[in-house]
Amino acid sequence: MENQHPSFYEELRGKGVSRRDFLKFCTTMAAFLGLEASGVSQIAKAFETKPRLPVIWFHFQECTCCSESFIRASHPIVADIVLNKISLDYQETLMAASGTPAEDAYKAVMAKYPGEYIVMVEGSIPTENEAYCCIGGRSALQILQEAVKNCKAVVAWGNCASAGCVQAASPNPTGAKPVHKVISGKPVINVQGCPPIADVMAGVVVHLLTFDRIPQLDGMGRPKAFYSRRVHDTCYRRANFDAGLFVESFDDEGAKRGYCLYKMGCKGPVTYNSCGIIKWNDGISYPIQSGHPCIGCAEEGFWDNGPFYKHLPEVAGFGIETTADKIGIGLGAATVAGMAAHAIVTNVRKHKEIVNEPEEGSKVETTKV
Amino acid sequence: MRNRSVPLREVHVWELPVRIYHWINALCIVTLCVTGYIIGDPPAFMKGTEASFNYWFGTVRFIHFVTAFVFFFNFIFRIYWGFTGNEFSRWYNFIPLKRCQWKEMLEVIKVDVLQLTNKKIDSIGHNSLASFIYFITFLIFLLQCLTGFGMYSAMSSAFLPKLFAWVVPFLGGDMQVRQIHHLLMWAFILFAIVHVYLVFYHDYIERRGVTSSMIGGWKFIEEDVIERHDNRSEECPKG
Repeated sequence: MENQHPSFYEELRGKGVSRRDFLKFCTTMAAFLGLEASGVSQIAKAFETKPRLPVIWFHFQECTCCSESFIRASHPIVADIVLNKISLDYQETLMAASGTPAEDAYKAVMAKYPGEYIVMVEGSIPTENEAYCCIGGRSALQILQEAVKNCKAVVAWGNCASAGCVQAASPNPTGAKPVHKVISGKPVINVQGCPPIADVMAGVVVHLLTFDRIPQLDGMGRPKAFYSRRVHDTCYRRANFDAGLFVESFDDEGAKRGYCLYKMGCKGPVTYNSCGIIKWNDGISYPIQSGHPCIGCAEEGFWDNGPFYKHLPEVAGFGIETTADKIGIGLGAATVAGMAAHAIVTNVRKHKEIVNEPEEGSKVETTKV
Repeated sequence: MRNRSVPLREVHVWELPVRIYHWINALCIVTLCVTGYIIGDPPAFMKGTEASFNYWFGTVRFIHFVTAFVFFFNFIFRIYWGFTGNEFSRWYNFIPLKRCQWKEMLEVIKVDVLQLTNKKIDSIGHNSLASFIYFITFLIFLLQCLTGFGMYSAMSSAFLPKLFAWVVPFLGGDMQVRQIHHLLMWAFILFAIVHVYLVFYHDYIERRGVTSSMIGGWKFIEEDVIERHDNRSEECPKG
């Protein structure tokens, strides 16, 4: 029994993880998920008793940076669990099998755990011409649609799977679409970011395992625990924003003093993510802390709302570097010119009306409407 | 001495609530555009100090948010008044559902915009074209409230902003919402420029006292215009 369906905990112990490290991991995860203290024991219990979570992990149009991020999770157990210990029965990048055995592996999961397995997707799906992304002679769309038919839930890793990322940026030659736009009837968790923060990815997995249901999601399908606040609202440089202290160029005094990067095009004010709290690489830093504006990688269409180093996005169809303000000023100038012309014409054409001095009674011409 | 003797009658066109609405709205729009522009492109006049000494940008944003609430409720009041006010402020003036309203719009374009004739338009309140433009500005008010409160909802736990939380996901994210909000600001600025010019124009050409009417409420309308207005068929109830 133990060998057939070992729990996570058994697997971990077998690998030499101490009870102490295990509990540390559970505590970290409970904190990330925003659970109360009792949540720690819930997580521990789930890991001790529940069988492994069968997972099929697909790579479609993407760069594998989600996987790369994942294996750099702050707590080694996390990567260990998902990459070694969760039944990651199919993961193109990491599995040893190839060819027919690989295909068999994920087909076996679908047959063995109907309604139980989780489909995790990295990458967008081409719809313009499905041939742009094929594995084993079948298109990404076919593979995905077949896989989700009997799955429990779908986890869309990163911006590609959640919103299409760079492949879906204008002009989107492959017709790339995110997971939630090509499947229906299954819950999809959009774990946004390019890539998502490793600990956020782990948190989502832990939540799925512990509570047997998908975490609470926001309007864009992102787990609220990690995506309910703007990077801006949790930024340690926020005080500089409210004080009106801005970096004007990357080498000025303000940059040295760590002023707000708002005017350098920081997308923190329009981006929902936990970079400011959880940070990256074991909590070492995150882009803004390293002096670079946020590019808004956890948001839909962030490529098309550039440039990265300008606060105002360009307006499509008006040429390079045309912002709302430039258009507004142009229209304003045109309006004033039009008004001046109109005022001149008024005084010429309506001269009679302006000076007319009827002697008695009404001689005012009026239209009958 | 130049004088004229056109038989005129004073008509109380803009009731006090309409006038109050108008001036609150004007003040709000000026405040919102100025603070909004600063928020979009803050001048960096502070240098070499620490953040703890200042809060001016936070104050600008605070003014923007408070004014937005005033603007919103003022707007709601005007919609309400569109159902209870006098015939010149009623909702049906603004939405061109009647053929005669479209006809008058064409007339206004001929007379006032292209200046093809020296006729005068028979309107006591707004003319049809002006009303229709106001209807469009109301839609812009609505969009601006939706996008503004939509962005605000993420940093508020109050009831009202939370009602707008759906806007951001609906439009595809804060980036898109902010862009729309910013573009619409220019619609307000352009409207204000043209609006003020046209008030001057009409005051100058029609001599009905349109400028002061938004202060005192009275316009001076030619007797024959009022006569035709009173004899209008029920099918075209425009003011």
